[in-house]
Amino acid sequence: MIAYQISVFAENKPGRLAKVTAILAKAKINIRAITISTSDEFGVINLLVDDPEQGQKVLAKEGLTASLKEVLAILIEDRPGGLDKLVQLLARENVNVENAYGFVLESWKRAVFVIEVDQIQRAQEILKEDGFETLNAEELSAVEPFHYMKY
Amino acid sequence: MYWEKEIETIPHDKLKVLQLERLKKTVRSASTSDFYGKLFKNIGFKPDGISSLKDIENIPFTTCDDLRDCWPYGLIAVSRDELIRMHFSSETTERALVIFHTAADVNAWTNLMARSMYMTGMRKSDVFQNMMTYGLFTGGLGFHYGAERLGALVIPAGSENSRRQIQLMKNFGTTVLHISPSHALHLSGVFKEVDMDPRKDTELKTAFLGSEPHSEETRKQIEEILGIKAFNSYGLSEMNGPGVSFECQFQQGMHIWEDNYLVEVIDPETLEPVPEGTMGELVLTTLVRQGMPILRYRTRDLTRMITEPCECGRTHRRIERIKGRTDDTMIIKGINIFPIQIEKKLNNIPGVGNNFLIILEREGLNDDIIIKVEVQKEFFTGDLKQLENLRSRISDALKADILITPRVKLVEPNSLPKPEGKTGRVIDNRKNLYG
Ligand SMILES: [Zn+2]
Repeated sequence: MIAYQISVFAENKPGRLAKVTAILAKAKINIRAITISTSDEFGVINLLVDDPEQGQKVLAKEGLTASLKEVLAILIEDRPGGLDKLVQLLARENVNVENAYGFVLESWKRAVFVIEVDQIQRAQEILKEDGFETLNAEELSAVEPFHYMKY
Repeated sequence: MYWEKEIETIPHDKLKVLQLERLKKTVRSASTSDFYGKLFKNIGFKPDGISSLKDIENIPFTTCDDLRDCWPYGLIAVSRDELIRMHFSSETTERALVIFHTAADVNAWTNLMARSMYMTGMRKSDVFQNMMTYGLFTGGLGFHYGAERLGALVIPAGSENSRRQIQLMKNFGTTVLHISPSHALHLSGVFKEVDMDPRKDTELKTAFLGSEPHSEETRKQIEEILGIKAFNSYGLSEMNGPGVSFECQFQQGMHIWEDNYLVEVIDPETLEPVPEGTMGELVLTTLVRQGMPILRYRTRDLTRMITEPCECGRTHRRIERIKGRTDDTMIIKGINIFPIQIEKKLNNIPGVGNNFLIILEREGLNDDIIIKVEVQKEFFTGDLKQLENLRSRISDALKADILITPRVKLVEPNSLPKPEGKTGRVIDNRKNLYG
């Protein structure tokens, strides 16, 4: 299953992130996870939300440069070694991870690891073969939110 | 439809013949001025050395510095008794360029103004309110004479205050305005103050926007507020003033009156002609002016010729809205760079948006060039890597062209100020560098 993340192009200046979250809050869109990757002058804010399409729409309407990006949201076990098992697999299969972040679903039970990869279809197949479950947008919005962590 | 049908729709080959005939005469008469007399002698050019239009390339360009150097009478090609009018260019330097006209010159200029205004649909039944400063500035009298020639009722309102202007419009049923874009925008507020809706409570239908560079958006805004059609035009005092080039009713570029001006477009760096339809500096030669003929005048204005025929049927080619000035030239680390060079390069890189801004900084003894480039909205797919690639592609492309590595900063779409007409895209923060 493929999930969607909203990516927002933002210059590195105060208030950009606040603008993004304010727009989403107003549109009653729930943010599940967020990461920011930056180069020195500009960056990309990546958001995993409960309604990515709507989220992208409201951000674009407010003049922000936002696009939807395909990502894999992978269920992993929330225990020591849970993430390692996934990452070792990706390394073995030469899947290049461009960006990754995760959040816990149920403490000590389940977590979601989100990855942006270059060959998303192939990565998906490899994961499936190895028994990993990936979530789509609806499934992601159905899971109970709580805190997120950033890698 | 046409003020002078025959000349406005003249076939190209006939126009060329007319231009050559007039060019020969102009060059011969120019040779009697101090400036061109000396120049021709220095380069060994014979006053009757023109046998084709191309031969003009044997004459060096004339610049505004040349005009200043032979101030004030060095370019006069007639006896001073023949001069009946003088104007200044709008530049406010001490030795403002001064342009002299004979009676025939004023007559020819007036005719071009009438032709231009008629082209936009103005007729003798119109009431024309000239809301421009009269005097040394060419815009006031140029339009005034032209509108009278056309036969309209002219209200020489000049610089009366806005309320008085509105009162004049109301009392005398003004249909056509000559106004600066900033004044037009200001006027909309004044209309509100006096509780009038210009769309309903006036007869206004046309405005000629003059004396200030303005963007297409500003034009649209003025058209909307006043409920009129607003026309753009191009002119410069050195070439009389207004009436060099004017939009027709189709408003797709400005017809440049090629029976009165010989047009060249050059690369401001190499001074070679650019291929037709490419951006370059406009170079103009007067073809009918007697008092002060000017040959191959470098206007410093950048534009592009539109060569496709216009729907209106006029054969005089059109120029695009002025894109900038060549004197936006930057000297960085001793190298001459034109913003237009940078624009051309950027336009060829996929992912680059509409606007860019050049910022020059000085750190210690080093000049630094920072180029802010808007990213195209559609280009962004959420990848930081993609953006970084774009940035290095821009940086590499520019480096290959201008030999200096700029610091490229990508910025959000529509976040940079839109450059307006003649004003540049350069911010020079290097203090007192070149005086
Ligand atoms: Zn036309």
